[in-house]
Amino acid sequence: MLYFTNVSTCYGKIQALHEVNVEVRKGEIVTLIGANGAGKSTLLMTLCGSPQAASGSIRYEGEELVGLQTPQIMRKSIAVVPEGRRVFARLTVEENLAMGGFFTAKQDFQEQMDRVLTLFPRLKERLEQRAGTMSGGEQQMLAIGRALMSKPKLLLLDEPSLGLAPIIIQQIFEIIEQLREDGVTIFLVEQNANQALKLADRGYVLENGHIVMQGTGEELLADPKVRDAYLGG
Amino acid sequence: MTHRIRPAFFSALLVIALSVPVFGLKLTTEGIALIVEGATASTYWIIAACAVGMFFWTLFHERLAAGWAASPNLPRILAGAGSFLTLPSTQRWIICTLIVVALVWPFFGSRGAVDIATLILIYVMLGLGLNIVVGLAGLLDLGYVGFYAVGAYTYALLSEYFGFGFWSALPIAGAMAALFGFLLGFPVLRLRGDYLAIVTLGFGEIIRILLRNMTDITGGPNGISGIEKPTLFGLSFDRRAEEGMQTFHQFFGLEYESIHKVIFLYLIAVLLVLLTLFVINRLLRMPIGRAWEALREDEIACRALGMNPTIIKLSAFTLGATFAGFAGSFFAARQGLVSPESFTFIESAIILAIVVLGGMGSQLGVILAATVMILLPELMREFSEYRMLMFGALMVVMMIWRPQGLLPMQRPHLELKP
Repeated sequence: MLYFTNVSTCYGKIQALHEVNVEVRKGEIVTLIGANGAGKSTLLMTLCGSPQAASGSIRYEGEELVGLQTPQIMRKSIAVVPEGRRVFARLTVEENLAMGGFFTAKQDFQEQMDRVLTLFPRLKERLEQRAGTMSGGEQQMLAIGRALMSKPKLLLLDEPSLGLAPIIIQQIFEIIEQLREDGVTIFLVEQNANQALKLADRGYVLENGHIVMQGTGEELLADPKVRDAYLGG
Repeated sequence: MTHRIRPAFFSALLVIALSVPVFGLKLTTEGIALIVEGATASTYWIIAACAVGMFFWTLFHERLAAGWAASPNLPRILAGAGSFLTLPSTQRWIICTLIVVALVWPFFGSRGAVDIATLILIYVMLGLGLNIVVGLAGLLDLGYVGFYAVGAYTYALLSEYFGFGFWSALPIAGAMAALFGFLLGFPVLRLRGDYLAIVTLGFGEIIRILLRNMTDITGGPNGISGIEKPTLFGLSFDRRAEEGMQTFHQFFGLEYESIHKVIFLYLIAVLLVLLTLFVINRLLRMPIGRAWEALREDEIACRALGMNPTIIKLSAFTLGATFAGFAGSFFAARQGLVSPESFTFIESAIILAIVVLGGMGSQLGVILAATVMILLPELMREFSEYRMLMFGALMVVMMIWRPQGLLPMQRPHLELKP
């Protein structure tokens, strides 16, 4: 469904990604783990077209994404939950969701809204509330819900567990699993390697802009090097 | 409390020091002594009283504030009234009442009052337009008066060289201002915050200086005079009609009265304001209105949702400029004269002050603030020397007392069908 082939990305003179190859197949949960500054978010942002890849190719459902503008890419049944949630703080929950469905066809809009509100009953209780007044976990749910409003086939999540309590992380991950069962393919960028690998079908380990390891979730979890570096031994 | 004594002394000294420029006192040396000139005994007393007042205020204001917070009655009533006033349904009723009152009262009001009301309405229109750019889309535009000037000069030039009437020039003026908004917006909208403010400020000045220096076309500093007044379906409001025209009072068989023209201009202004309100309200309920606000909140999230920030910003900028263009052409028609001096930076500042004072994004707030900002200087003509001082004081008081503006916006809710 999604293929990164020899993708390199630079910020000015600094090369953040070195010839990265990543593959996401339909219906999978694929996770990308790595330390701070390894280039995880860069990889995701490159997919979104901001920054543009310096070389290599990113193909989504047979279509080349490198060279397209961000708005064009984001309307191709791809949705992203950006790092740090980034909900529209002074808009209500309902309006946040409506913004997510900005390009959704009118006949699908209501259906998507209902789907999101069944998935996140908490949001239903707070439709009228301003997003900025909610807790971090609720905001994360809203960010995911907002992304789902565009009826994506591929959902990109950038550190959904950032700054959340363990019990909330558990909930968020359960929801991600549920989404996969609904047929959404998921590409998950995480620092919380333990949880992410348990959930994922396959995983990649990114170090200083290189993919250093890949395998199924269990393989990586069992790997002594991964255990040392990311799972605290 | 002892730790407050030093700042209290300092504040008192500051009051005395500040009173020198404020009261226009002059310090001169006479031999070795320093003499204060230009002050009467009462001025000294006022300064002394202010200094003493400031001393005690600084000393005790924490306690006073605590006492104020402890007595729950007053603030709570205020807050309750405030939220009642800002509810969308209440605002709708208030606006309906205002419209009716606005349409009826000039027939009983004095000529001067109607004239000032017309001026207020021009500023309401400008405030509503700028409100889209600053209040909703969050783009700080300090050169808004530039679009106002474009609108005014468009009508003035069309009338001068091509003999256009007000009604046919009005849409052209709006379109011209929109075009300028679009052209300016294209390069500058990648800038943010302070940088955008500076560039737009420069733009406003460029327009004014351009108008002043293109003497051949715009008449330079003298401006253009003798601009045609609006007509009612071809009926002019002059005492005597030009050839082939008819005047209003002849047609209806009335005595000629100059107030007819004033009231007519006022009613056009009301009409234009209503049109502006209507258009903006429709837009607010459309996705683009929400997109403006979303963009103000978080540009990156907007991009992540597939929206194109440039287009959204550009639409806000262009639309805001359009309303300035309408206001400008009406201004030209009302004055019968335009000159570059009507479009100085201080106008931009006043319009921005109206938006901020009213509460960013709130339309009723803009109307109220425009009334306050234009009416107060008119009512307090005796204090006209201290006008800017009062603006400053008003702004400071507002920022302390009600930083969200007089009537902050509570946004219309999107309705879900069950």
